[in-house]
Amino acid sequence: MKSGRQETVPIGNSADVVLARQKVRQWAIEMKFTLVDQTKLVTAASELARNALEHGKGGQMIIEQVENSAKNGLKLVFEDRGPGIKDVEAALRDGFTTGGGMGLGLGGSKRLVNDFEIQSEAGKGTRVTVVRWK
Amino acid sequence: MERIPILRMGQFLLVTIQVDMHDRLAVQLQDDLTQRISEWSSRGVLIDISTLEIVDSFIGRMLANIAAMARVLDAETVVVGMQPAVAITLVELGMSLAGVRTALNVESGMELLYELRGDFHSEMSE
Repeated sequence: MKSGRQETVPIGNSADVVLARQKVRQWAIEMKFTLVDQTKLVTAASELARNALEHGKGGQMIIEQVENSAKNGLKLVFEDRGPGIKDVEAALRDGFTTGGGMGLGLGGSKRLVNDFEIQSEAGKGTRVTVVRWK
Repeated sequence: MERIPILRMGQFLLVTIQVDMHDRLAVQLQDDLTQRISEWSSRGVLIDISTLEIVDSFIGRMLANIAAMARVLDAETVVVGMQPAVAITLVELGMSLAGVRTALNVESGMELLYELRGDFHSEMSE
């Protein structure tokens, strides 16, 4: 996977979640994703940015244009400084929640993208990387 | 504080969401709506989301909560105008909005509300 230009968006409050959504929308439009793909990307970004804020005490989102031999894609990396996820497999199950939500954030956003990866370390934080290919 | 306006039309309440909602604004709307329903004895709520570019699990939960709270207060809720791309994404995300009535546009949403709860003639003669 080859990397292109990138941009970092801080996630420190709920207005930043809105800003993160707007940035992802802007990039997805520039890369000429279809409206449905734009909507899926922005929705996944909203879920993951909120997770970083609520469970991870905030952090940042890195937007990056990537390409492999066949196509272009948009990669989003969410990094937080939270307590980490104890059981990643459980966290991905629909309905699993430690907060007050519906437990759709992680599992749901996984369904909205093509590639999905979680790295989490206790006490250090969590990094979620997603890619949607065109 | 920023708020989403709630319009009163006879026995119904109308809300048009025209901003990219942050989470606190969504919670505020939920509180304001239940307050108004009880204060004005409203029988129905119509929420127009045609300008919303996404509905994520938080906004989806808010819509479901409003419908549930309104029902407990003896009012029906109809959500109208969801964009097709939003509907596709919402279902893939895992939310079917079960328990929330929907209509394609404001006009059919109002018709549905009248069918469900309305008493058009008594309102006209008031």
